[in-house]
Amino acid sequence: MSLEFTSSEMMSVTAARALTNDMTCFVGIGLPSEAANLARLTHAPDVTLIYESGTLQTKPDVLPLSIGDGELCESALTTVSVPEMFRYWLQGGHISVGFLGTAQIDRFANLNTTLIGDYREPKVRLPGGGGAPEIATNAKEVFITVKHSKRTFVKDVDFVTTVGFGRDGKARDNVPHIGRGPTVVITDLCILKPDPETKELVVTSLHPNVTREDVIEATGWDIRFADELVTTPAPTARELDVLRDLKARTNAHHSSTQSGQQ
Amino acid sequence: MAEFLSLQEAVSKHINNGDTVAMEGFTHLIPFAAGHEIIRQEKRDLTLIRMTPDLVYDQMIGAGCAKKLIFSWGGNPGVGSLHRLRDAVEKGWPHQIEILEHSHAAMANAYEAGAAGLPLAVLRGYVGSDLPKVNDQIKFIECPFTGERLAAVPSVRPDVAVIHAQRADRKGNVLIEGIVGIQKEVVLAAKRSIVTVEEVVDDLGASVNACVLPSWAITAIAEAPKGAKPSYALGYYDRDNAFYKDWDGIARDRDTFQAWLKENVFEKGAA
Repeated sequence: MSLEFTSSEMMSVTAARALTNDMTCFVGIGLPSEAANLARLTHAPDVTLIYESGTLQTKPDVLPLSIGDGELCESALTTVSVPEMFRYWLQGGHISVGFLGTAQIDRFANLNTTLIGDYREPKVRLPGGGGAPEIATNAKEVFITVKHSKRTFVKDVDFVTTVGFGRDGKARDNVPHIGRGPTVVITDLCILKPDPETKELVVTSLHPNVTREDVIEATGWDIRFADELVTTPAPTARELDVLRDLKARTNAHHSSTQSGQQ
Repeated sequence: MAEFLSLQEAVSKHINNGDTVAMEGFTHLIPFAAGHEIIRQEKRDLTLIRMTPDLVYDQMIGAGCAKKLIFSWGGNPGVGSLHRLRDAVEKGWPHQIEILEHSHAAMANAYEAGAAGLPLAVLRGYVGSDLPKVNDQIKFIECPFTGERLAAVPSVRPDVAVIHAQRADRKGNVLIEGIVGIQKEVVLAAKRSIVTVEEVVDDLGASVNACVLPSWAITAIAEAPKGAKPSYALGYYDRDNAFYKDWDGIARDRDTFQAWLKENVFEKGAA
């Protein structure tokens, strides 16, 4: 019997599978947080999740709306200050994976969360860097998860908020104490990995029912495909059940708090 | 020793037009009541510092309090944009504001350096980022011992720090619990400080390693129950996530924003 699932579910399940039990993951809010907690609730119950608000080894029952929801603190092993988080735990070398989302990504996996257009006269002002610029260089490697579209996957980002491999693919060369950078990008269409030599992102796996044309159409540069292109395994019934339960719990939780005037 | 004042008195006495003000609380204990009092007193030309401007600075920027914003992540967490911040940056409403943006790591380091009385913070940061091209307060220095290239940013030394905490005892010692963020650092880095608290109690009930700010390190304390709403105070009330979602609609439009401000800030007195 084949299961029905959405492309968003496919993305979250695939992103979750990238995490293993022995990883210490610095988690970005949004899609990375959904994937990381799905991993913890399925195949990687002992994965260590850390959020930049200072919560170490946290096990939220519902997905946080903000990076500092009380749920993260109350379910954490301990909570440290923000300077301690960035200085000791991240810069100190204790994070194996930084898990990030983005607004724009380019062929060398540079991320833009700052603005669209020119810096002094932005067309669209985005939130900015947050923790990402240092997560991307101080974590041992970086996973990225983002929806695939031509607006998001551009040849060159308007602004390098967070470095992947730089404008030329060489930004990490000969830099001491720097992580490997992005090792995988998971979208709702496919999995991409940097070419070992040029660092340009290459499609290594297509999700079920996705064609090369779908990916070409959603990518803003002349995208390459690996010689041994494979098909991503479909989600299992358990993965879908856990993900849907998690999202239902989360939606109920975030709309139930008292709203209105302060 | 900290002086117990009403919130109205504390803001009036310690925040002047043109001051550099850092109101902290990293996604927890955000000092909304104090922000609203600053709006009511129509403070102007403030340089506002905060890692995550959040709704409190969106409201203050929309109300015309800010001249400049120093920040590292300016969004509505999990929801989207801060529309008042964007309107000021993109369209100059209600007036143009200057922005200076950092990464979280740099700002956290800069607060810590401020608390430590140092002129600068040093970090392994900004590698390959375009942020140093648009922020002249980011420089690179060479480690005198290893030769490694490291990022340097000036420490944060605000005129006034404003934070919210769970409680103070009657001597003015303050306990902060949960996500403690950057609150201790900003108070110690600032020339003056205002701490709003949920309640004043006989005994703080602090464990031996708790985050406690002694009375003699604080300028003024004001009791402001629910003073962090719609943010939260661990042990007192939850984050009003639904309001954070509603804010997107309220703040998107100048008229609905101004109507909200009138009804919920100007027509309400200080706590």
